[in-house]
Amino acid sequence: MKSSVERQRFVKQLLWRSAMYLCTGLTCLILIFLIGYVLVQGVKGLSLHFITSKPSYLTGNIGILPDIVNTVLVLLVSIIVLLPLGVGAAVYLSEYARNYRLVKLIDYAAEILSGIPSIIYGLVGMLFFCQFLKLQTSLLAGSLTLVVMNLPTIMRTTRESLLSVQKGLREGAYGLGASKWRVVRTIVLPECMDGIITGCILSAGRILGESAALLFTAGFAHTLRSFSLSGILGAIRSSGATLTVALYVYAKEQGEFQVAFSIAVILLLLAVLVNLGAEAVKGYYMKKKKV
Amino acid sequence: MGKVMDRVMRGFFLLCGLVTIACVLVITIYLILSGLPAIAEIGPVKFLFGTTWASTAQDPKYGILPFILTSIYGTFGAILIGVPVGFFTAVYLSKLAPEGVKKVVGFVVSLLASIPSVVYGLVGMLFLVPLIRKVFHLADGASLLAAIIVLAIMILPSIINVSITALDAVPKKYEMGALALGATEYETYFRVSVPAAKSGIMAGVVLGVGRAIGEAMAVMMVAGNVANMPKLFGSVCFLTTAVAKEMSYASGLQKQALFSIALVLFVFIMLINLALRKVMAGGEKTNEK
Repeated sequence: MKSSVERQRFVKQLLWRSAMYLCTGLTCLILIFLIGYVLVQGVKGLSLHFITSKPSYLTGNIGILPDIVNTVLVLLVSIIVLLPLGVGAAVYLSEYARNYRLVKLIDYAAEILSGIPSIIYGLVGMLFFCQFLKLQTSLLAGSLTLVVMNLPTIMRTTRESLLSVQKGLREGAYGLGASKWRVVRTIVLPECMDGIITGCILSAGRILGESAALLFTAGFAHTLRSFSLSGILGAIRSSGATLTVALYVYAKEQGEFQVAFSIAVILLLLAVLVNLGAEAVKGYYMKKKKV
Repeated sequence: MGKVMDRVMRGFFLLCGLVTIACVLVITIYLILSGLPAIAEIGPVKFLFGTTWASTAQDPKYGILPFILTSIYGTFGAILIGVPVGFFTAVYLSKLAPEGVKKVVGFVVSLLASIPSVVYGLVGMLFLVPLIRKVFHLADGASLLAAIIVLAIMILPSIINVSITALDAVPKKYEMGALALGATEYETYFRVSVPAAKSGIMAGVVLGVGRAIGEAMAVMMVAGNVANMPKLFGSVCFLTTAVAKEMSYASGLQKQALFSIALVLFVFIMLINLALRKVMAGGEKTNEK
């Protein structure tokens, strides 16, 4: 016979356990439903023609090639600017900085940046990059806005992996008379490669998914330029919609839900790829560091 | 040669470090400079506590109380739904789940975090909004409720991830001790581990508040965007959506007022930041004891 206290404890245990199963299940179900719903609605609209043609009001054709090109351009420009800036800041903080208060200040600034909502980045990006620096509404202005947004991410991942660089390696190099830059170049940077790559992948994920910050800085044109160097440089200086912005415009302003869902399928695919990539990098370097 | 290079690189790295501070300064200064004029012109009390927003009317009115209240109610609602779900999931994943389940659900959570907000908005707009309309027999399902549900889902990953980190950091000996004294699983994890990880879990909640109050696109697609005082089943406009919706065509005082709304939003975010710092600092102190 179980006493009443014991029975009470048993029931409570059961309740808490079911709450946990229920909530975990719910979390997974939400994702499965989201993916399933988007796939069911969107896959039928996907075709080679859809992703390799441009929209035309004359023929009524809707294609997303310009949006894909814009997305790739924004991604490339952002990462090219972001990489040296973010890694540089992280290296400064962990290798060079001697002033404790300055380190605290930079840390605090990064923390503030990571909390600012993207709509505010969009507004200030519009004021600063588009109007003050006279870049107009352009992919370049959008990319630079995204750089500021993603600085904290790449700084954090790089710094985390800088912390794990063995002290002995650094000290050995200094002991052999290497200058600071040489130590950074030959020891520190190669050792924190995993953090840098992870930061890039995470930033790429955020850049691919961002829309509010791009709406006012990069605009929503669907023009396609030639793939020559001058064409690409021209495209960077002119306005254009990325995939996410195009999805928003098609769904909310034009009511082309089929198109929106097809773009959503592509975005989901990219999100899965980004996550798998991040996992793979983590796994690869974990194995390497263990050996 | 080497010495010159060394100097140059030191300068470069210092510059990179300073860029972060410069960005924060530029953002703050721009928001204040472009946000204050309209507040001064309209009058701070009229602006913050006025209950009508009619920026395009003949006699324009700029009262943003509906936006402020909607943002607060919406965030509160999202927290009310999102926190319990996230909390239980986090405890399960951190304490009970077998390794395989942990990996799979962990991947699910990080995938949820990286789905673009417009995709949430799209599914909300075409699935959730019609569903709400049908279930509650409304004329239009685009409402505060729809926004709350979408936001609750969107903040789940932050809450789960931060809470798991906090729960994982609880010293194993606490749990061993409790179990050895005959406590059941639930007593151990909810009466011992959770209180020990309290500040970390709180940090997750505060982070979720920040995410929810700052989200624009998904909310814009499901909330209806009419500047009403908040009603659960009414079309509403958040601080973020008020800015995003009118920015593309606004001019003059209307545009300046939009920047003022952004400034108010920024102040909210800074307050949340301070709260986050406080919570984290409190956690560090208790851990040191």
